[in-house]
Amino acid sequence: MADTARDPPPESTDFQELEDGEDLFPEPAATQESGPASLPAEDISTNSNGPKQDSLFDDDPEDLFAEATEEVSLDSPERDVLLSDGPSPAITPITPPTSVITPRIGLAHDDMFTHSSFDEIEEEEGGDSFDIHIAVSDPEKVGDGMNAYMAYKVTTKTSLSLFKTDEFSVKRRFSDFLGLHSKLASKYLHIGYIVPPAPEKSIVGMTKVKVGKEDQSSNEFVEKRRSALERYLMRTVKHPILLKDPDVLQFLESSELPRAVSTQALSSAGLLRMVNKAADAVNKMTIKMNESDAWFEEKQQHFENLDVQLRKLHASVESLVCHRKELSVNTAQFAKSAAMLGNSEDHTALSRALSQLAEVEEKIDQLHQDQANADFYLFSELLGDYVRLITAVKGVFDHRMKTWQKWQDSQLLLQKKREAEAKLQFTNKPDKLQQAKDEIKELEGKVQQGERDFEQISKTIRKEVSRFEKERVKDFKTIIIKYLESLVQTQQQLIKYWEAFLPEAKAIS
Amino acid sequence: GSQHFSELFCILSSEERHQLRSVSVDLNHDASLLIDIPDALCERDKVKFTVHTKTTLSSFQKPEFSVPRQHEDFIWLHDTLVETEDYAGLIIPPAPPKPDFESPREKMHKLGEGEATMTKDEYTKMKQELEAEYLAVFKKTVQVHEVFLQRLSSHPILSKDRNFQIFLEYDQDLTVRRKNAKEMFGGFFKNMVKTADEVLISGIKEVDDFFEQEKTFLLDYYSKIKDSTAKAEKMTRAHKNIADDYIHVSATLNTISADDSTKVEGRVASDQELKLTELLRYYMRDIQAAKDLLYRRARALADYENSNKALDKARLKSKDIPQAEEHQQHCLQKFDKLSESGKKELTSFKGRRVVAFRKNLIEMAELEIKHAKVSSTIQPPAAKGWVCSV
Repeated sequence: MADTARDPPPESTDFQELEDGEDLFPEPAATQESGPASLPAEDISTNSNGPKQDSLFDDDPEDLFAEATEEVSLDSPERDVLLSDGPSPAITPITPPTSVITPRIGLAHDDMFTHSSFDEIEEEEGGDSFDIHIAVSDPEKVGDGMNAYMAYKVTTKTSLSLFKTDEFSVKRRFSDFLGLHSKLASKYLHIGYIVPPAPEKSIVGMTKVKVGKEDQSSNEFVEKRRSALERYLMRTVKHPILLKDPDVLQFLESSELPRAVSTQALSSAGLLRMVNKAADAVNKMTIKMNESDAWFEEKQQHFENLDVQLRKLHASVESLVCHRKELSVNTAQFAKSAAMLGNSEDHTALSRALSQLAEVEEKIDQLHQDQANADFYLFSELLGDYVRLITAVKGVFDHRMKTWQKWQDSQLLLQKKREAEAKLQFTNKPDKLQQAKDEIKELEGKVQQGERDFEQISKTIRKEVSRFEKERVKDFKTIIIKYLESLVQTQQQLIKYWEAFLPEAKAIS
Repeated sequence: GSQHFSELFCILSSEERHQLRSVSVDLNHDASLLIDIPDALCERDKVKFTVHTKTTLSSFQKPEFSVPRQHEDFIWLHDTLVETEDYAGLIIPPAPPKPDFESPREKMHKLGEGEATMTKDEYTKMKQELEAEYLAVFKKTVQVHEVFLQRLSSHPILSKDRNFQIFLEYDQDLTVRRKNAKEMFGGFFKNMVKTADEVLISGIKEVDDFFEQEKTFLLDYYSKIKDSTAKAEKMTRAHKNIADDYIHVSATLNTISADDSTKVEGRVASDQELKLTELLRYYMRDIQAAKDLLYRRARALADYENSNKALDKARLKSKDIPQAEEHQQHCLQKFDKLSESGKKELTSFKGRRVVAFRKNLIEMAELEIKHAKVSSTIQPPAAKGWVCSV
């Protein structure tokens, strides 16, 4: 049930804006729909037969993503909406759940990115100082039933000359974000850029929203998604190369966006599958890559370890969130029980004190809820993001492997052709000889290109990894400090509550 | 393995030791009979208490002595007191609950299983938590056993009980005596109390306003405090789970940021709720003991009413009248005695309860404030990184 329509290929005219004159778009991507070596468009999307390892003319980067393709789900009913010609659907604004968003946490959201954006960002060579802030807000339900979707307001505030104005907003839906990611991934991943993964799809979560249940859990889902989309965009624009990508600019600025019909975005599960498949492919390689550069081996190991640790930490924090919610529920129940006990108590002063105790516990319950939100939004979601990011990093390393393999394969083939040509010298087949010579010339070009590609991706990855690690350390530090501050605030509030209760307890006579 | 409680006890600060003193009010002020449990030995899950007595009473052979006792000995003592007719009008202090090491034992098992997946730091911290929990259970059980004895020693009538004296003084193993007692009573009386009570209470027409009110109050209060105890326990458990989570979180975080300068140490204090839970649990049991008194009195009233009916019948048939009259008198006397003593007991019980709640609520609030104050500071990086106790 794969889509056959495709996104239009990137226009080569936009490349001029990139610095260093780096050619980010080697032939394969630019010649997708032209040239004899490329596969026809239809084959790519429907390719679900595993990687074509034997096909040496495997130019098309899309092929790599074939295994990772998600089935079109209930989440993306774009096709249906495209076909229908009804009146503009009703728009239902969603009230954010009050227990989920508190002013404190809202602040944390904004601060999380503005602070880290402004402090100590490496200056781009000759570029503006990094000054851009994106907010995703005002989720609105558009339409009814299973065709409904959530529209988000994306507001950009910036002083960068890259943009037409200082402040502007557009309306986007989830599949638009997936579409953006899909485009960026197809352009940049295979040449070594760590493209931030898009937020996860969720059939269950979205269905609840569509069905129209405006209850706590669906509000929480919307808020969780809104927050994830915001983080996603901020991470994307923080990348100096991606920021200048025309698709990104169009996404942020255009009031109308061509509908992303094939939202075959790489879910992290899909990406992981792809990475694992690539790893298997590497193992089956006839020539093992001679890792002359110890840096890559070391870094790969480092990311393997980091992956394990982050997953472990994420699991622990999720457990923490769960237990804290449990504590909140138990505290609320205890508060009610203490109130009943206070009513039952016939000694007046003690009865009063017990009622006060019940009130204190009720307030503490609210504290627990707020803290659980902080646990989740500051901590847990950050970890989830990084687990997915690490998978993207691993993917980039694997692309390097594949690039090397391609280069090696070309070299092998060239050698074979040369041998064949040498044999042909002794036969009387001038046509075949000429053909062989032509093929050899072409292959020599390919080998050279292969080597260049490999060097290029290696260079890019070095830069990217260095940038990534810097960001990661900064991100973690910022978030952890914020998180600790939230804990401190909770404790200080606790002091206030108990200090207010103490005289009540002392008043019992 | 074996550990002398006194050794562990020494590790605690004197303040913590004081904190874990009785939830009941300080009872040990009558110098003529002072009892405490200064030492306890824990072997696997069996606890051996050292019961230490200091007395000026001539009824005892020596002025100061200690004996080893097991939990079962305490239960024997409690049961014999409950079964004693003369004490029917008294609130018998609730029996101390059996030492329950189930929770830390389970935790130890889990820790053993999960050792492979933890870092050394994590494992050490979890082990410390486990040891602390084990110690807490240990201290709690010593405390409730101690309070039980102190309640007895401060009671004008119960302190003179012969079996109580034997318990304190007899320097041999009480096991033999315990067995005999079991054969004699077989727990029959206790069972009877449990099953027939509710029917009895509702059926009896109360003659005394005081007891009518007490009955209504105690029945209602008991169900409420039982509920509160259960809910408080759930809170404590949830808080403990959070404490464990923080150990894992800070250990993993430190592994990740080993080269960075961010080091987080999370310690969650989870014992504030413990005080509340202990207070509620103790008084839940105490109120059950008060209820038991009411039931005994209700039964005495029922007996009396039945004896009246029997007397009327005897008079009608003109048969066995003197026996019937004597029986009726006996029942009336018993009932009056229970009512008089019961009234005194219930009044002083109320006063005791209010004082104890006050003391413990104050202590709990102070503990909460203390912990929150300690936790609300992030210490700036010293040599390496930040430390924050949460």
